[in-house]
Amino acid sequence: MAVEQGRQRRGLGLLAVGIPLTLLAFGVFIVWIFPPLFELFWGGMETLFDGHWLVTSSFIRHGFTAGVLIGFTAPVVGAYLVNRQMALIGEALAHTAFGGVAIGLFVGASIPALNYPLAWAMVVAAISALGMQYIAVKTDGYADIPIAIMLTGGFAVGIAVISYGVVFSATVESYLFGDILFVPFENVQLMVGLALLVGLTIGLTHKQLKFITFDREAARLARINVWFYDTLLIVLTALVVVAAMQILGAILVAGMLVIPVAAAMQVTSSFNRSLVVSIAFGQIAVLGGILVSYDLGVATGPMIIITAILIYLGTLVAGRSQS
Amino acid sequence: MSAIAAENVSFAYSDRPILRDVSMSIEEGEFLGLVGPNGSGKTTLLEIMLGLRSPDSGRVELFGTPVEAFTEGTRLGYVSQHSTDADSMMPVTVREVVEMGRYPHAGLRRLTAEDHAIIDEAIADVGMEPFVDRRISDLSGGQRQRAYIARALASEADLLALDEPTVGVDADVVDQFYDLLTELNEDGITIVLIEHDITTVSEYADTMACLDGELYEHSETETFLESGALEQAFSSARAVSSRQVAGGD
Repeated sequence: MAVEQGRQRRGLGLLAVGIPLTLLAFGVFIVWIFPPLFELFWGGMETLFDGHWLVTSSFIRHGFTAGVLIGFTAPVVGAYLVNRQMALIGEALAHTAFGGVAIGLFVGASIPALNYPLAWAMVVAAISALGMQYIAVKTDGYADIPIAIMLTGGFAVGIAVISYGVVFSATVESYLFGDILFVPFENVQLMVGLALLVGLTIGLTHKQLKFITFDREAARLARINVWFYDTLLIVLTALVVVAAMQILGAILVAGMLVIPVAAAMQVTSSFNRSLVVSIAFGQIAVLGGILVSYDLGVATGPMIIITAILIYLGTLVAGRSQS
Repeated sequence: MSAIAAENVSFAYSDRPILRDVSMSIEEGEFLGLVGPNGSGKTTLLEIMLGLRSPDSGRVELFGTPVEAFTEGTRLGYVSQHSTDADSMMPVTVREVVEMGRYPHAGLRRLTAEDHAIIDEAIADVGMEPFVDRRISDLSGGQRQRAYIARALASEADLLALDEPTVGVDADVVDQFYDLLTELNEDGITIVLIEHDITTVSEYADTMACLDGELYEHSETETFLESGALEQAFSSARAVSSRQVAGGD
C-alpha cells in the first residue's frame, strides 16, 4: 500500500511538470507546425481532386477541418454525458456560451483589442459549467430546473445584450445557427488545440470517467475523487460546445454530443468500442452533412444534424434485426 | 483487528430517525448476515460503515482507520441494490465491469499485463468466462451480481458488502451464489450480507445481526436464532406499522 501511495505521489509530481510542458507543446504545434501541415494537406487534396472548388476555397477548407475536429471531440465527450443522462447540459452550456458571444461582440465593438467573441464564450461557458457543478453538488444531482434556468437565462442575456448594442445580425445569426463559411483560421487553430486537449485528457482519465459514469457509488467507495472528475468533464464539455457552436450554432450543438453516441450504443455492447464507433459516426455525419448541404444548397449545420439522425435511425433498424 | 467498528452511530432523514445509537464490530474473516424488517436502516447502516454516508453522530473505523481518513478504497467491495438498475442502457461488457476493479489501482496509467491476469482470474473465480463479452444489461440478475463480485475480487477487496443480492434471482442460482460467497469467505474475505430471506442466510452466515433502528442482537448464528431477537425486532416493526394503519385515515 505504501509503495502504491509513493507511486501515486510521484505520479502527481510528474503531472505538475507535465501539464505546463504539454500545454507548451500544444502551443508550439498549433502556431508553428499545424499551419504548414494544413497547407500541405489541402495542397495535396487540390492535386488529388484536380482543383475542384470544394477543396480550393479557403473558407471551405477551414470549415471542413473544423467540422472534422468537432466530429471527434463532441462524440468523445458526449459518450460520458449521454450515459449519465446529462445530455441536456451541453445544450444549456451552448446557450450560456451564446450569452458570452453576445457580451464579447458588445465589448469588442467598443474595445477592438478584446474582440474575440469565442474566447468570451469559452470563459462564460466554463464559469457556468462550474456554477452548474456547484448547484449539482448542493442539490444532489443535475436536475431539470437548474438546466432550464441556465439555458433560458444564458439566451436571455445574449439577446438582451445584442438588442442593446449595435451588432450585425449576420454575425449573431452565425453563432445562433452556425456558419461553416465563417470560421477564421485562428478559430481552426483554437479547435486543433482543443482537440488535442480533449484527446489527451480523455486518454489519461478515461478509466476514471468510465467508472464514475457506470457506477458512481462504487467509484466513490474506491475513493476515486468523483467531484474532481465531474468538474473536469463538465468544463471539457463547455469548451467543446463553444468550439462546435461555430459550425452547428448554439441551438443545434447538443445534437452532435448526443446523436452519434446514441447511434453507437445501438450497435455495440462494449463502451470502448461505442466510443470509437461514435467518433466514426460523427465523422460521417459531418462530412456527409457538408457535402449534402452543398449539393442541395441548404444550411450546413442542420444538414449535419439531419445526417446524424439518419445514421441513428439506420442503427435502430440494424440493432432490431440483430436481436 | 476489526474490519469494521461502529460506535454509537445515529442517523436521521430530516426528522425521521433511522438509526439510534448503533454499535457493532465486525471481525476480519467474519461472514455476517444482517437482517431486519423493511425500513429498519440496514442499507443506511451499511453505507455509513463503508463511508458513503456520514452519520449524524457516532464514529466508524475501517480496518482500524477512522472512516473519513480511510484511503484504501480498493479493499472494499460493494454490491448495492441499485447496482442492477444503474446499468440499464450504458453499453458495457462484463469484462469492462470487472476491469473497473483495477482502475483505482492503475490511476492514470494503462492497465498492465499483471492487471489483466488478475482480471481474468477474478472472472474465472465467479465462473463468468462464457459471458465476458456480453453486455451487462443483457444478463440475468444472478449473472450481474457475479460480475460485480468479480469486480470486487479484481480490486483485491478484503471486505465484500452485499445489499440483498438475491432479489429476483432463481432459487437454484441462489444456492450457487451462497456457495460462492462461502468459498470467498474461506479464502479470508470478510462478508457483510443484507438479506431478507432469514432461513437461507442462517444456513451460510457465521454470525447474524438484527437491526430495527437499533441493534437487537449480534452473535453466532446459533445463539442468534435462539435469542428471540428476530421476534422482538419484527414484532415491534409490525406493531409500528399496525399503529400507523390505526392512526391513518
